[in-house]
Amino acid sequence: MKRAFFGRNGWGRGGRGTGGGQADGCRACWDGCSLDALAPGTTCRIRRLMGCGPVRQRLLDLGIRPEREVTVVRAAPLLDPIELRVGDSFIVIRRREAAQIEVEDV
Amino acid sequence: MSDRRLVALAGQQNAGKSTLFNLLTGLTQHIANYPGVTVDKKSGRYAHAGQSVEVVDLPGCYSLTSYSPEERVARNFLIEDRPDVVVNVLDASNLRRGLPLTFQLLEMGMPVIVALNMMDVAEGRGLQIDLAALERRLCVPVVPVIGRKGQGGEALKAAIAAARDTRPATLNYGALEPAVAELQARLADRGELAGLSARWLAVKLLEADIEAERLLADRLDNPHPILDLAHRLRAQAGGAEAAADRIAAARDALAADIVTACIIATRAGHVPLSERIDRVVLNRFIAPVFLVAIVWAIYQLSIVQGYELTKVTWPVLAGFRNLAAGVLPDAGFLVDPQVRSLGLWMVDSVNTLLNYVPIFLILFALIAILEDSGYMARIAFILDRILHRFGLHGQSTLPFILAGVFAGGCAVPGVMATKGIPDARARMATILTVPFMNCMAKIPLYTLLINIYFPEAKGLMLFYLSTITVIAALLVAKLLTTSVLRHHETAPFVMELPNYHLPTIRGVAQRAFDRTWLYIKKVGTVVVAIAVVIYVLLQFPGVPAEREVAYQSRAETAIADFYTALGDNPHRAAVPDQAALVALVNAATDYRAARLNAGGRAAAEAIDARFAERFPEFVPFVLRAQDDAARAASAALRDLANARTTLRREMRQDKIESSFLGMIGRSMEPVTQFADFDWKINVALLASFAARESSVATLGVLFDQPEGEGAQTLEQRMGAEQAAEGRSALSAVALMLFFALYPPCLATVIMVRVQTDSYRWMGFAIVFPTLLGLAVASAVFTLGSALQLTGLQTMTAVYLLGLAALLIVALPKPWLRLPPRRAAQDMP
Repeated sequence: MKRAFFGRNGWGRGGRGTGGGQADGCRACWDGCSLDALAPGTTCRIRRLMGCGPVRQRLLDLGIRPEREVTVVRAAPLLDPIELRVGDSFIVIRRREAAQIEVEDV
Repeated sequence: MSDRRLVALAGQQNAGKSTLFNLLTGLTQHIANYPGVTVDKKSGRYAHAGQSVEVVDLPGCYSLTSYSPEERVARNFLIEDRPDVVVNVLDASNLRRGLPLTFQLLEMGMPVIVALNMMDVAEGRGLQIDLAALERRLCVPVVPVIGRKGQGGEALKAAIAAARDTRPATLNYGALEPAVAELQARLADRGELAGLSARWLAVKLLEADIEAERLLADRLDNPHPILDLAHRLRAQAGGAEAAADRIAAARDALAADIVTACIIATRAGHVPLSERIDRVVLNRFIAPVFLVAIVWAIYQLSIVQGYELTKVTWPVLAGFRNLAAGVLPDAGFLVDPQVRSLGLWMVDSVNTLLNYVPIFLILFALIAILEDSGYMARIAFILDRILHRFGLHGQSTLPFILAGVFAGGCAVPGVMATKGIPDARARMATILTVPFMNCMAKIPLYTLLINIYFPEAKGLMLFYLSTITVIAALLVAKLLTTSVLRHHETAPFVMELPNYHLPTIRGVAQRAFDRTWLYIKKVGTVVVAIAVVIYVLLQFPGVPAEREVAYQSRAETAIADFYTALGDNPHRAAVPDQAALVALVNAATDYRAARLNAGGRAAAEAIDARFAERFPEFVPFVLRAQDDAARAASAALRDLANARTTLRREMRQDKIESSFLGMIGRSMEPVTQFADFDWKINVALLASFAARESSVATLGVLFDQPEGEGAQTLEQRMGAEQAAEGRSALSAVALMLFFALYPPCLATVIMVRVQTDSYRWMGFAIVFPTLLGLAVASAVFTLGSALQLTGLQTMTAVYLLGLAALLIVALPKPWLRLPPRRAAQDMP
């Protein structure tokens, strides 16, 4: 079971199991939630980016900026990284970076 | 208008910049490094309408900040070299993402031409682009091109020739506009900043861009009033992050506006073809299977089929060696002229390298296909998680595959392929661990030792050896990234998945040839130089004089025996004196070498005929004998030739033993004894530093065949001799483990130097694996003999220990994890 070895939290994180696959919008958005908590197939609007420096700039350059809608397309076979769709671009980021993007329901 | 123009190509990573560069410049390209960084600087030139145009391909970048080396390099080039025209390559199918870079170029005051690439892809997606409207909005010429099909090149050249300076475009930054305007006015007053766009600098200062601040400090005597003003305005806007966000938002909003105005999407909501492919190829369960299949196909086609191809090309190289042997001064009976030995040594060294050229051509072509098609980025996506655990990066996969994860690769292209890894720390770790893979040249030594010591467990041992290197590489990568590489810059894994494209034959062929040529040029020259050094170390000081005399007298006895055997043979007239005799022996040796290399009966007969023509008097000795006298003569010659071979081999062994390299090997015995390496093995390991292949060849000389025991293979000889010295399979395990971890060969070391741009890391790449290998080999041998384990038991134990360490590192460690909801805690 290689997947379990490399899974950060075993099977739970990343929307598998708990979200039941296609959740509509964010689950339990008390004060906005981070992008890495979304199940594949969900679309959200970005509220703000945490972090600073190169990561932030690269995300902005790729179109991941506040007010834009982003769709989680899929997770890699080992659950991390995840693939996002912003406009016509498909972008891959690690969950660690995704955790720094705050999103809200569309 | 001057008759020379400097043109820079700028654009994002997947916009097809390189294809357009090839389209413009054809084959006249020159690749160099930008000073101080390992970023390729590609330049080329073409002539158009009486003008000579130099084109520089800037590294792909999404924007012009100072965060990544690529962007810094691109920006510095634009500021310092001030190109006459900047051709901004845009992906027509994803204009919204590309336009912000265009705005930045315009803001810098660059004369821009937009080359709208991939018009065919945009059309396929149902995008109708109003070029005239786009030109009007951007105020710059827009040229539609399809780089992959070679369309639009002439129109682009015409536009470059007609380009004039443009007025810096102004982009309205909305709420930030007053701040930008104020700063811009202050900057515009300063005469020292002439040539720089004040507006661009103002925006950069608001973003708190370090390079822009440094630029200001360089040009102005007292930059502080302006820096203070920028700081104050930034604070008013809510800090650097907020300012940067607003700037990015303003650019994005304008891009979105232009896209809505100029593009009609006739098939909105349609799922792109690439995404439909990815649904299968990146499916959670199919992806690993597909990946393994692709990697297996690469291995089969390049390594296995490439090896087949080397069987065709090797005779050419062998022919070249024979040719060189013919041109160089003739061999003596016992001692060859120095020029001849050195010349042949060089030819052999070069041949060893050139032998791999077919494999590299196939390998590089396949890699170019992987890169151009867009699958390479997906490999990184699939494997990033595993590799990231060990401090590596998703894109480290390719270097490892090239270097020989499956027993058979080469570390040189592996180290070369690390160029694309964006994370500096992971890249260094990859460069330093790639040489642990089993390259093709390590295999012969493994096979030799396994055949001697583990004849009944060959498969298992090969499996252990080919996988333990991967385990070792991952563990070492983890070790290095948490120790010496800790302070290296690391980059986030944020990457665009490019669309799938069908690679073009021209693009693939050119890349394959370019990279192979680079290998030959960079590695070839250095290997030739070092081959000379190793030669000297092996040749001098040479055999002691009294032993030399002994060899001479034995040679004379052999010659006397030859004449006695000939008796009154009628053919004796052909060899009246020693000079003629040496000529005869040499002619016979050359003849045999040529016959061995001949493919097919016709070629062999041609060689016979040529020999008969050149040396008619030696025919009875060498060619198939017809009569008794000739048969006797040829038997006598055979005995003499055998005696000569034996003598020469003994002398060579003696020479190595008394050479500088032999002395070094002996002097290392006190250290290497803990791993149970004797001086012979030390010498073989030292010699293998020049080229791994030579380890087995050197052992072949050192474990010489004792006289009169008939033909034995090297396996039997070495096995018997080693057993007599009390060596067991355990020693072999220690040796093989050392060889697996042994420092990279010289060619790889040179590549490490090229790729890291540092002699210190090159030194580290030599010293660290040596110490590691020696430590592991000594520990394994000492512990193994203390516990009285057999070779196979030891190997199994080492393997399981390595595997256990790997799992411990890889397993999740919940107690080390950061609080999961840090984002929520930052909330106001």
